Amino acid sequence: MSFNPRAMAKMLQFDEKADRVVPPTGFTARLTVFSAFAMAFLAVFALALSLAAGRVADRWGDELAQSSTLRISAPAGEVATQTEAALRVLRTTPGIEEARALSLDEQRALLSPWFGASLPVEDLPLPQLIDITESDAGYDAAGLRLRLSAEAPAAVLDDHARWRRPLIDAAGRLRLLGWASILLIAAASAAMVTLAANAALAANAQVIAVLRLVGAKDTYIASAFVRRFALRALTGAAFGTLFGVASLFLIPAQDDATGFLTDLRVQGWGWVWVLLIPPLSGLVAFIATQFAARRVLGELA
Amino acid sequence: MIELENVAYSYGGGELLTDMTLSVPPGSFHFLTGPSGSGKTTFLKLCYGALQATSGHVRLFDRDVRGLSRDDVALLRRKIGVVHQDCQFLDHLPVTENVALPLAVSGQDVADNEADLKELMAWVGLTARADALPPELSGGERQRAALARAVIMSPDVILADEPTGNIDWEMSQRLLMLLVELNRMGKTVLVATHDLGLIRAAKAQVQTRVLRISNRRLQMAGADL
Repeated sequence: MSFNPRAMAKMLQFDEKADRVVPPTGFTARLTVFSAFAMAFLAVFALALSLAAGRVADRWGDELAQSSTLRISAPAGEVATQTEAALRVLRTTPGIEEARALSLDEQRALLSPWFGASLPVEDLPLPQLIDITESDAGYDAAGLRLRLSAEAPAAVLDDHARWRRPLIDAAGRLRLLGWASILLIAAASAAMVTLAANAALAANAQVIAVLRLVGAKDTYIASAFVRRFALRALTGAAFGTLFGVASLFLIPAQDDATGFLTDLRVQGWGWVWVLLIPPLSGLVAFIATQFAARRVLGELA
Repeated sequence: MIELENVAYSYGGGELLTDMTLSVPPGSFHFLTGPSGSGKTTFLKLCYGALQATSGHVRLFDRDVRGLSRDDVALLRRKIGVVHQDCQFLDHLPVTENVALPLAVSGQDVADNEADLKELMAWVGLTARADALPPELSGGERQRAALARAVIMSPDVILADEPTGNIDWEMSQRLLMLLVELNRMGKTVLVATHDLGLIRAAKAQVQTRVLRISNRRLQMAGADL
């Protein structure tokens, strides 16, 4: 029994006769369908968790890369000199790729969501903001603060990104955990199908013996079992996926950016992964049954 | 057809059959006799590739069984019809489909052979029972259904293991007639039985040879039967 694509395609071909040679088994069939259903349902959540965690990690990662800010609150006359001094310090600090003082227009744009577009920014004693882009390695914040306090005492380093780094790590771990869960779910599905297939093969020992006696090849016998289990897994997983996705939509929507972990709804390319769950489940069942059948048949005369 | 050359077969415990040499020519009718447990069934299994000889060579259709793959054995069985003492069927399928099973598993369209199938069912006298399930059949009907299944592929060899073990004299006569008819059509027939009456009845109608397993060895029985 070779394991090539043509043989696989041949096995999946609908052959009513081959399907009829194995007696219908109501109970184990329903159990297999249910297992596939449950596993697909869980897989949807694991997948949604992974994708959401991935989104969070990516978003925060992007913000982290550009999110240090230096704020200079000085009396009107000193702002320009202190800004110059601070920029000098920043440009000579290892780990900082770019430091740029925001223009008045940019500051107005930042404030407009809160105060409206017509805010006379010029008349307000606004602090000067310096946008810092750091390299991947990052910079030594404590050292920078020390140098700034000497060169530009009015400068306040706001590296709010720092508290996000552990959260990004956590989101990354969560994503990893999600994928690991999916792998475990796939493995457990394979194990369950193998058990069910072994039970079916053992229960149908007489059928197999009769088929061998009248000259059936192993592929013919195996195909009857393989197709049956693949179809059961496919059916169960399709319903499980459907119910899983429906359940995701039942989670209350949160538009707020703080709702990052409750936002489990699948987006964009994530749907491709979700749609892959049923066929992959069928494939796992196909391979598991194939191996089980090959092993059992190999031991027979 | 079937050739054995110094064949021995041993189970874990010890040797069951030893030093058997035999050549079954095409078109012959052989009986195989011997006390129960002497190894008749094992001998037949060696003849259709269900068991491998532990030593010596078994050649079926001029091919050494030892060198055959599982698929080769499957293809070989399409040329050898086997009737067991306790014939097994697919109990969830009606008799006709069971009889047609060798066609189905070898990829032939059963619909194309509909007429042959009908004729065969009539020949074994099971037309009225065509739609019955195997568990509903009597012992004799099961044996005849098994015979029909064994010959539907028009095999060159028919091996029968105690085909009359579970049925009455009249029915066994009928079964014997069917085997004799097959032999007259040129099929090679090998029947394992301990029923000497059956052998005598056959001798009256067809030229047979009787083999006996005795003392783990295969012997040609004399003409005294």
